[in-house]
Amino acid sequence: MGKALQVAALENGTAIDHIPTDAVFKVVSLLQLQRLGNRITIGNNLNSNKMGTKGLIKVSDKFFKEDEINRIALVAPSVNLNIIRNFEVVEKKKVVLPDEIIEIVKCNNPKCISNNEPMKTIFHVTDKEKVEIQCHYCEVKIKKEEIVLI
Amino acid sequence: MQPRSLVNIGDYDREDIFRILKSATKFKENPDRDLLKGKVCATLFFEPSTRTRLSFETAVNRLRGRIIGFSDSATSSSTKGESLKDTIMMVSNYADLIIMRHHLEGSARYASEISPVPLINAGDGSNQHPTQTMLDLFTIYETQGTLENLTVTIVGDLKYGRAVHSLIQGLSYFNPTFNFVAPEELHIPEKYKLFCDDKNISYREYTNFSAESINSADILYMTRVQKERFTDLMEYEKVKNVYVLHNEMLSKSKENLKVLHPLPRVKEISQDVDENPKAYYFQQAKNGMYTRQAIICDLMGINVS
Repeated sequence: MGKALQVAALENGTAIDHIPTDAVFKVVSLLQLQRLGNRITIGNNLNSNKMGTKGLIKVSDKFFKEDEINRIALVAPSVNLNIIRNFEVVEKKKVVLPDEIIEIVKCNNPKCISNNEPMKTIFHVTDKEKVEIQCHYCEVKIKKEEIVLI
Repeated sequence: MQPRSLVNIGDYDREDIFRILKSATKFKENPDRDLLKGKVCATLFFEPSTRTRLSFETAVNRLRGRIIGFSDSATSSSTKGESLKDTIMMVSNYADLIIMRHHLEGSARYASEISPVPLINAGDGSNQHPTQTMLDLFTIYETQGTLENLTVTIVGDLKYGRAVHSLIQGLSYFNPTFNFVAPEELHIPEKYKLFCDDKNISYREYTNFSAESINSADILYMTRVQKERFTDLMEYEKVKNVYVLHNEMLSKSKENLKVLHPLPRVKEISQDVDENPKAYYFQQAKNGMYTRQAIICDLMGINVS
């Protein structure tokens, strides 16, 4: 007998597993889950053998497009995506940090034009491993722990 | 493809740099030409900078171009709350080229991407000032006959000095050796050391302005050590007279050495150096005009014969 599931099983949809507990609500916001009418289960501070505690989000009947889901790589680069159909995991995926991050991150430099003009922010990912990004405009480099979402 | 705008010295590769230097040499021989006849250039100085503006405007005037613009944002619509985008769109209705200085970093990149006409960054906050770097490179090339394999000693504020950072970037194609001479608080940032390591550029760091750092140099690039950069004023008092060049310090320097400075100079080069033929900072400033003529024509696709 397997142990009881901490969050109810999904018939069809996407399960985003192994989210760092401090990133769960950032993931919700980055994926704009608050705008979806789908059934959504959000679990946080669940037990995890790998991480101690973790977050988990299950979204029924939703299969994210790559560029949509890759938005979360900034805050949760090591999550596991499980694509579920008819209660079975049919595909496992990892998120990939894109080369460019558009309209997600705020520039940390108060003297950057992007903080002073109504415009989209653009960042280039300069180090995918360490998650370091650089403002396309003022060229300031931002480390993972300094990233502020819009 | 040749760049349409000049925002960052990194927009130019080795080939671009040589094309501009070649063209600047022609303008130095004869700066008065009709190449911009019938053209309008806008100088948008959201932040005042008389030295840079006069250099650009003289460059355009000597090519018979017309100038529109403003020298201070107090006389522009930005004080009424107009966005930079709207100002650029409006001005590009009138002008064939925009030369812009702005206090916000990244403003030039943004403006160049929305402007339908070429744009030159004449300084965006503490970020970039690529025409300064090009005039530095032109002056080095002119005085040394080459840009390759030179030893360049850079003195003063290496932490915040925008001209210094861009010069390191601009020279990186030409296998330089750098001596970085700076007080502890203003030493060269880690990212530029990594940049040099990455490009196999050798460098040495000094906290004292030693004879060795001067006597080994082909170029001595002086910059200002500003009081306001120090968190500890005691530290400033200790070092304020250390990074000052006096004429006698040049007595054993190389024959071909030239002393450069992006200006304005305050006390870091004593007046007695001015008479030394190795002092070249005023000619360097003048070279700015020829270099800017070359850059303007290059961006506008004008052939200089």
